[in-house]
Amino acid sequence: MKGWKEIPDGGLILEPGNSVEYKTGSWRAKRPVWDKEKCINCLICWIQCPDNAIIVENEKIRGINYDYCKGCGICASICPKEAISMEEEK
Amino acid sequence: MKILGMNGDNAVAYAMKQINPDVVAGYPITPQTIAIEKFSEYVADGEVDTEFVAVESEHSAMSACIGASASGGRVMTSTASAGLAFMWEMLYVAASTRLPIVMNVMNRALSAPINIHCDHSDSMGARDSGWIQIYGENVQEGYDNIIQAVKIAESAGLPVMPCFDGFIVSHAVERVEALDDEKVKNFIGIYKSEHPLLDVENPVTYGPFDMYDYYMEHKKQEHEAMKAALKIVKDVGKEYEKISGRSYDTLSEHRLDDAELAVIALGSTAGTAREAVDEMRKKGINAGSLKLRLFRPFPYEDIRNALKNVKAIAVMDRCDSFGAFGGPMFSEIRSALYKTSDAEVVNYIYGLGGRDVTTNHIKKVISDLNNISTTGKVKEYVQYLGVR
Repeated sequence: MKGWKEIPDGGLILEPGNSVEYKTGSWRAKRPVWDKEKCINCLICWIQCPDNAIIVENEKIRGINYDYCKGCGICASICPKEAISMEEEK
Repeated sequence: MKILGMNGDNAVAYAMKQINPDVVAGYPITPQTIAIEKFSEYVADGEVDTEFVAVESEHSAMSACIGASASGGRVMTSTASAGLAFMWEMLYVAASTRLPIVMNVMNRALSAPINIHCDHSDSMGARDSGWIQIYGENVQEGYDNIIQAVKIAESAGLPVMPCFDGFIVSHAVERVEALDDEKVKNFIGIYKSEHPLLDVENPVTYGPFDMYDYYMEHKKQEHEAMKAALKIVKDVGKEYEKISGRSYDTLSEHRLDDAELAVIALGSTAGTAREAVDEMRKKGINAGSLKLRLFRPFPYEDIRNALKNVKAIAVMDRCDSFGAFGGPMFSEIRSALYKTSDAEVVNYIYGLGGRDVTTNHIKKVISDLNNISTTGKVKEYVQYLGVR
């Protein structure tokens, strides 16, 4: 990580849109695990995820983006088919 | 140069008119009211180009100043007492965001009981907020300090709080040598913000969330900026002397060269102390006095040098720090002298809520110091002066 001489004064952010560089996945205590067999691709989890961490391609779920998923568990709790379970991070 | 008769508040307004800031957001509070009122007249009469924002509170005044300064403007305001206390949260935001706002404080006591008169409890409470603090003794210094403050703030990348005593300076008409408008304009130059919010070609985020991974690095930047400000204050003082003939440093000494006893004060009391010193000298008592001008950053090396030969020191604090070992200036000065001086250092808390302090009070302080110096005994390290 950068030292005090290398960052802009006063907490300013000079590059717009740089929050993608901040991987919030490290905050996670539990990780959502997606079961492709149970999933019906209703996309409710994709709508509800506050971090846009459900990966969707061609209207189908492809997986979970663990770089940004903070492990809040909303996806697991709202899934109508219990296709997402929360497991302890090791 | 013009010689004018002005009180402290009018001198602040006059200096602000010459500075012609982009934005002033202000809210009236005794004893600052005249300054903001007079300045709003200059705005109404078209004598300045300033956008004057009349806000509903001091919290909003400082918030508006922060927004305007982040946008890239040269920004000023003024307050006192409860107004400054109400700005508390935003004072830290202004300093930590490194915005060079200049705000004159007309020192006034804090409630309760409610009191409108002078003491330093308002600005001393803000001493850790990251603002540079300069204390002026009289109207002339009040005028000179505010012009220098603009340059100091913009060079240091920190906000500056020039302070002077409410009523004693703010409402007393004195002779003031005002510089020509053109001289002030050239001295402060044009302010160019490095990252103005209004520059849409180069977008910037002000005030983002900061976790434990970077917060300390930002505090370290502020710490270093404050340390670096010491030289900036001295340099700007020297530069100002060239255009005004009046010299400014972090402190000024009065008959300290051969003194054994020293009285230290901020603000208008420094003048009273000089008079008391002169009277005691006539009685053969070897006293001197020191006026501290800069409180933040604290010029501890200059203080060590100035006091290196004295044997007993009285620090005059115009506010209490309840529960502490003495007032705020006492703690700082004792700390500065630690292991470099054998002098006894005692503290007098005086003048609270505008309680008058006369040469007799300070002569009594000098007599106390004389006893300490001759007997080597201190009865009380911290005491209230002039209390019943």
